[in-house]
Amino acid sequence: MSATALSATDLCCRRGDRWLFHGLSLSLARGDALHIRGPNGFGKSSLIRMLAGLLPPSPSPQTGHIGRVDWAGPVALIDERHGLDAALPLGRALAFWARIDAPLPDGTLERLGLARLLDVPVRYLSTGQKKRAALARVIGQRAPNWLLDEPLNGLDTAACAQVEALITEHRAAGGVVVAISHQPITIPGASVVDLGRAPRQFSAAQWAEVAA
Amino acid sequence: MIRALLAILRRDLRLLLLGTGGGGGGVVLPILFFLAVAIIFPFAVGPDPVLLARIGGGVIWLAALLAAILPLDRLIEPDREAGLFDQWALRGIAEEWIIALRIAAHWLSFAPALLLATLPAAALFGLKGSVIAVVELGLLAGTPGLAAVGVLVAAITAGLKGGAALAGLLFIPLCVPILIFGAGSLAIGGGSGIALAAAASLVLLALAPFAGAAALRAGRG
Repeated sequence: MSATALSATDLCCRRGDRWLFHGLSLSLARGDALHIRGPNGFGKSSLIRMLAGLLPPSPSPQTGHIGRVDWAGPVALIDERHGLDAALPLGRALAFWARIDAPLPDGTLERLGLARLLDVPVRYLSTGQKKRAALARVIGQRAPNWLLDEPLNGLDTAACAQVEALITEHRAAGGVVVAISHQPITIPGASVVDLGRAPRQFSAAQWAEVAA
Repeated sequence: MIRALLAILRRDLRLLLLGTGGGGGGVVLPILFFLAVAIIFPFAVGPDPVLLARIGGGVIWLAALLAAILPLDRLIEPDREAGLFDQWALRGIAEEWIIALRIAAHWLSFAPALLLATLPAAALFGLKGSVIAVVELGLLAGTPGLAAVGVLVAAITAGLKGGAALAGLLFIPLCVPILIFGAGSLAIGGGSGIALAAAASLVLLALAPFAGAAALRAGRG
């Protein structure tokens, strides 16, 4: 029995008078992976931000309780924002995070194909190059828990395989990966949460009826 | 934690001082704007040396206030857009620290250059040495408050459509106390006005990190 890395209970997300999901509980052990699926607008990114602690859970429509997210150890996040200084050359933008976190492990830049881009300002990088730069930032953070919101966006086939390999290595070292991906991504043994399939779409008016 | 805070301060300072490279400004443009206002003012009111010497100190204060509006849209929004605030939050660095550091960096990048540029501006108006000293001391006491209000307003308007224009509009009334005491010190001859401007600055400095942090968090939802 491996140690619990994530325990999230009774997560609810309300946008206006729409419930994107509610009563969602998750539990992951070290080395586990979770693939969040669902159509656009069903709260996948909101769930990731909630797991990252950046979006407070909404009070439960049934009990009024506010859900909890507990991680063992720090969390790293990739989303549509690269989290790097757009004005700085890539090398210096990454060096800033290296001063806060830790230096990148040897060979990371070469693996991600960034070694030749260090002098290029981040804003001139392509979508895929920015995504790879953000991956380097995540690796440098050395957090045991990775939240990846569309990590394959803009990546070519070789880079996609590289990301899958990085995820596998990270899990083998005891790390946890929670990912959203519209593109086919192979994460062996990942559990799946499908926000589109779960019967969680209730309007506030419907909830008022249920409560009455 | 201290290491991270120092790294952030260094980065903020570099970016605000030198700008973003590709025409992103830095501190040079606001200071040139400040001098430009001081230079064109005599054209508008006429070259009467007595009049200019009397109103010069107030004009310098007004020009400083207007120049302080220019960097507002660069203070918070680019970093929010790039996701830097989210990344700092993930590392457990409180938003209050981030805002406090940003205020310090903004003041350090703006105020010394402004105090320096005040000397040629004062010369254009033919201000006496004693008046220049009151203006400089008043600005020294008032600019920390201006920096705090600037960062706070930038945090509140970050991510809003038309946020830059709204920031300028919000900035002006919030700076009124500093302007009244700072520029007022010229009329009443120094000491007490400067002390009150400094007091207003301190209150704003104490409140801004908490209010700005709350604005950043609210903006995430």
